[in-house]
Amino acid sequence: MKPAPFEYRRPEILDQALEILAEYGDEAKILAGGQSLVPAMNFRLAQPSLLVDINRLDELAYIDAGDNESNDGGLHIGAMTRQRAVECSSVVAESAPLIHQAMPYVAHVQIRNRGTVGGSLAHADPAAELPAILVALDARMRAQSKAGQRWLAASDFFTGLFATALRPEEMLVGIEVPRLADRSGHAFIEFARRHGDYAVVGVAVQVTVDSSGRCHSARVVLMSVGDRPIDAQAAAAVVSGQKPSVEVIREAAAIAGSDEIDPHSDVHASSDYRRHLARVLTSRALEQAFTRAGVRVE
Amino acid sequence: METRYIGRPVRRNEDARLLRGQALFIDDVDLPGMLHVAFVRSIEAHSRIGDIDCSLARERDGVIAIYTARDLGDYCKPGPLLVPPPPIDGLVFHSRTHHPLAVDKARYVGEPIAVVVAESRYIAEDAAADIDVDIESLDPVVDLATALDPSAPRVHDDLESNLAAHVVQEKGNYEEARQNADVIIERRFVCDRGASAALENRGVIAHWDDRSQTLKVWDTTQAPIPIRNGLAAMLGLSESQVHVIAPFIGGGFGPKMMMFYPEEVLLPWISRRLGRPVKWIEDREENFVATTQERLQVHDAAIAVTRDGRVLGVRDEFLHDTGAYDPYGLTLPINSQCTVLGCYDVPNYYSEFKAVFTNKTIVTPYRGAGRPQGIFVMERLLDLAAKEIGMDRVEIRKRNLIPPDAFPHDNEIIYQDFAPLTYDSGNYAPALERAVEMIGYGEFLGKKQSESRQQGKLLGLGIVTYVEGTGIGPYEGARVRVEPSGTVTLATGMGTQGQGHFTTFAQLVAELLGVDVKDVRVVTGDTREMHWGTGTFASRGAVVAGNACHAAAQQVRKKILALASDHLEADQADLELSRGRVAIKGVPDSGISLAELAVLANPLRGAVSPGTEPGLEASSYFGPRSGTTASGVHAMIVEVDPDTFDVAIRRYVAVHDCGKVINPLILEGQIQGGVAQGIGNAFYEQLVYDDDGQLLNASFMDYLVPTASDMPDEFVIEHVETPSPLNPLGVKGAGEAGTIPVAALFAQAVEDALSEQGVEICQTPMSPSQLFELVRKAAQQKAQGGDER
Repeated sequence: MKPAPFEYRRPEILDQALEILAEYGDEAKILAGGQSLVPAMNFRLAQPSLLVDINRLDELAYIDAGDNESNDGGLHIGAMTRQRAVECSSVVAESAPLIHQAMPYVAHVQIRNRGTVGGSLAHADPAAELPAILVALDARMRAQSKAGQRWLAASDFFTGLFATALRPEEMLVGIEVPRLADRSGHAFIEFARRHGDYAVVGVAVQVTVDSSGRCHSARVVLMSVGDRPIDAQAAAAVVSGQKPSVEVIREAAAIAGSDEIDPHSDVHASSDYRRHLARVLTSRALEQAFTRAGVRVE
Repeated sequence: METRYIGRPVRRNEDARLLRGQALFIDDVDLPGMLHVAFVRSIEAHSRIGDIDCSLARERDGVIAIYTARDLGDYCKPGPLLVPPPPIDGLVFHSRTHHPLAVDKARYVGEPIAVVVAESRYIAEDAAADIDVDIESLDPVVDLATALDPSAPRVHDDLESNLAAHVVQEKGNYEEARQNADVIIERRFVCDRGASAALENRGVIAHWDDRSQTLKVWDTTQAPIPIRNGLAAMLGLSESQVHVIAPFIGGGFGPKMMMFYPEEVLLPWISRRLGRPVKWIEDREENFVATTQERLQVHDAAIAVTRDGRVLGVRDEFLHDTGAYDPYGLTLPINSQCTVLGCYDVPNYYSEFKAVFTNKTIVTPYRGAGRPQGIFVMERLLDLAAKEIGMDRVEIRKRNLIPPDAFPHDNEIIYQDFAPLTYDSGNYAPALERAVEMIGYGEFLGKKQSESRQQGKLLGLGIVTYVEGTGIGPYEGARVRVEPSGTVTLATGMGTQGQGHFTTFAQLVAELLGVDVKDVRVVTGDTREMHWGTGTFASRGAVVAGNACHAAAQQVRKKILALASDHLEADQADLELSRGRVAIKGVPDSGISLAELAVLANPLRGAVSPGTEPGLEASSYFGPRSGTTASGVHAMIVEVDPDTFDVAIRRYVAVHDCGKVINPLILEGQIQGGVAQGIGNAFYEQLVYDDDGQLLNASFMDYLVPTASDMPDEFVIEHVETPSPLNPLGVKGAGEAGTIPVAALFAQAVEDALSEQGVEICQTPMSPSQLFELVRKAAQQKAQGGDER
C-alpha cells in the first residue's frame, strides 16, 4: 500500500496553481485534504503523475456571510476551508443550518480536521454528504482557471460517479449558498452502519412555507442511490403547494423511493433495501423540515 | 486461603510501556543495511501459472533480487501439517499444504507468486507492479454447497474431488431417539466468513549473521518456539542457531498461530542468501487476503425433543470451508462438532462433517475457533424447539443442563486435543439463574416488551449458554530466577498479544515469593530466554503456562526457604516470605532480603554443596492430561428500528465461569473484547466473496469492525467460580469465551424483537439489509396464507 511514483508541486498562491493546471491539465491531480486521494493512491487506484498540493493557498480558506463580492447575503466558503471549521462556524450554523446539521456525519473529527469543502465536492462521491447538501441548497460553485472564472449551479456540477463539470485546467475555488428565505426548514438524515461511515442512504431536505403554512418550495436530495446526488424533483413536486400532511409526505416519500432513483446493490445493502430506506428517510426528513419551518405535520 | 495477588484486580504491569509508546513492536525494528520485501500475489482465485517475466522489474533502481518458486529450488516444498487428524474411526483426511511461493497453480486471491527485495518498500512495490505473470484462468470453486458436485472444478488436481475431510462422530443412537420424540425441528444454519482484523498486521524480519552463524528472526507469531524449530529444520541449522523473538503484538486472535505462513519461510531464506537483514510488514490490503480467516459452515441440523422439553437427540451434518489448503488439520470442524453439545446432556448425537477445499484464503482458527458455529446451531435449535412446544426458552435450557453432580461428564466423542471430550467440572444452573435475574427476564417478557411495543418500539431479549473447551496440552514451561537486585525474572516461551501475561503471570509468582508484583519482570516470546514450549492458542495461557509459572515459583520458594533457614539458623516453618524478605514470622524486618540471598546462592569462592545448584532459579513444566471446560451465560436486550431495521444493543449481561480467577480486571477486559468481536461477527463483519472468488470488501472502508461507540449501552459482567480439578491453580481459559455465544444470542434477541413479523434467523452475520429481506419474505409468506417450510 505505497503509492506509485509521482511528481509533487506545492504552489504558494492560487495563480501559480492555475498556471500548473494550465500546463499539465489531466496529468495533474489536486491534493487538498487528501482524505480520499491519499488512500486511493496507496491502493494504487489513483496514479497521478503530478500532485499539486494546494494546502499553502490560505486565500481559499474562508467563511463569509454575504459581504464579499455579491451583496445578497449569501454564504461564501472557500474550497480549502477545513470541514471541521465549517462544522464549528457560527456563521454557517446561522445562515446554512442544513450544512451545520450535516457536518458531523462527514466521517470522523480527525478526518474533518484535514478534509476540505472543495476536496469533498470535487471528489464527487455519490455517497458523500456535502454534494447532496449543496444541491439541496441551490448552491453555486466557483470554478477558476488561468483564463478566468465561471459559476456553476450545484445541480450541474455533479455529472456522474466521481465526475464533475470541472475542466482539466480548472480548480474549484469556492462555493456560494444563497440566503435562506423566511419560514425555511431543513433536515438531514442518513443511515450508516456505524457512525462516520459513508451513508447507505442519506437525504437532505430544504423547504420553505408561505404564511398560510403551505409548502412554497422543496428540495429533496438523496445520497448513495445513484451515480451522483439525486435531486428528487418529482417527490418535491408532490409537497409543493400543499399543506404538509402525513399523507402528502408519505406520497412524496413513495415517489422518492421508486422512479427517481437507481440504487445499486453492494456488500452493505441490496438495491431494494436502499429504495426502502430512501422512502423511510425522506418521510422522516420532510416531517422534520416542515416542523422546523413552523408547520405542524398531521 | 488469604491471597495477596491471586484473584485481585491488579493493574497491568505492561501498560506504562504500551501507553507511552515504549513497547517494541515489530515495525520498530530497524537494522543497518535492512532490505524490504513486497510480494506479487495472485489476483485470481484459480489459475495456472505460466511464464513470469521479471525483466522490467530487475531494471528498476534499488531492486536487489526477485525470486519465484523456481528460484527457491529444493527449498520450495509444501509446508508442514500443523495439526494431524485425531484418531477417529473411519476418518478421511487429505492433507494439502501450501508452498512458500505458488508452483504451477495459484489457488486463492492473495497467494504469493513472486517476492521482490529492494532498498525500500516503495521500490519493492513499484517493481512488483512491473512483474508480468502469464496466467491461464481456471473456473474457481467458491460456493460451498456445489463444491462437492462431481462436475465442480478441482482446487487440487490430484484429488478426486474437493473433499478435504470426512468425519462422523456418534454418541448413543439418534435414529432411535428420533422415533421416541414428540417434535423434531430441522433447519439449515449458515455462519459466514470473517476476518480477525487485529490492530497490527503480520510482519517478519530476518537477519542472518554470517560471522556468528546465527539467524535472528522477529515474527508476529503466537508461537515463537515452534517457528524456531521449524525454521532450523527447513534451513538445516541447529535450533540454537536460530533465535526467534515475538515482540509485543497488536492482537493475535488465532491467525497468528497459523504456521508456516509463506512469508515466515521466505524471509529467513532471503536473508541468508543475501547476507543482509530483510523486513516485511504486511499491509492491510494484504492482510485481507493473505492472513487466514474463519467461520463459513453450512449446517443441516435436527433436534428431537419431547413435549416436556427433554432433548432426546441431535443430528448435525455440516460442510466446513477450509479454503485452498488445510495446514491446520481438523481443529475447527472438530471444535464445532464437539461444541454443538454445549452445556446440555444430549443422550444421542450424530454428527457428520465434510471439510471442503475452495479457492479462497486458507481457514484456520480465529477467536472462538469453530465453537461459535456449534453454539449457534444448538442454541437456535433449542429456541425453535421451545417455540414449537410452547415452552419458555429458559425453561427448556434448564431442563437439559448437565447437573452439577454429573461431572466429570463424558461426551463420548473426541476433541481437538485427541482426548475424549470430557467436561472436568461445571455448575451451569446458577449462572443461568443469575443471568435471568441480571437481564430482568421476567419483567421484560411480562411487561417491558409489550409496553414498548405500544410505543412503536421493537425490543427483544436473548439469553444463551455456552461452553468453551480451553487449556489443552501438550505443555508449557516457565523459568523463575531471583536476581541479585532482589527482583524476579520470569520467562515463558509463549508469545503475547495483549492478554496481560506480564501481570497475571507476575501475580502467580509474586504470590509465592512474597515480592511486589511490579518487581517480577516477565519475558515472553523469546526463544533464547525459554527453549521449550508451544504457543499462545486455544485459551490456554493461564491454564498451561500459568500452572508452569506457579510450579516454578514453588520450587524457587523451596530453595529460598532452605537457604534462608541455613543462613538464619531458623526452622523453615518459622519463616515467611513478604516484602522481598525472608523473615521470622511476625517480625517483618528480621531475616534477610531476597537480594542478599540471591548473592549467597551464587558464591564466588567456597563450594556449592554437592547435589545443589547455584542460584535461586528453577524451571518447571505443566502438561494437562486434557483440556478444561469453561462455561457461561450471556443475555442481551436489543432495540430494532421498525423502519430501518438497525439494531442497538441496550443491555448486555455476561455471567462467566472460568474456574479460579487470577485477575478479575484483566478477565473482564478479555470478555469485553471477546464480546466486541462477537458483535462484529453477528452484526457487522462479513467477508463477501463474489462468484469469481474475489473478496469484495477487502478494506476497513467496507469491512465493518465495531468500534467503541457500537458497544452496548450497558455492559455488566459477573463471575461464578467452579475450579478445574485438572490443574493446581483450578483455573480455566477465558480468551475466547466472550466471542462464542454472541451470534446465537444476537439472533435470538433480534428474532424476539421481530416476533410479530414472523422472522426466523438461521444465518449469521445479519445486517439491517438482510433483516429487511427476511421481514419482507415473512410478510410475503403470510400474505400467501401459509407459513409452510
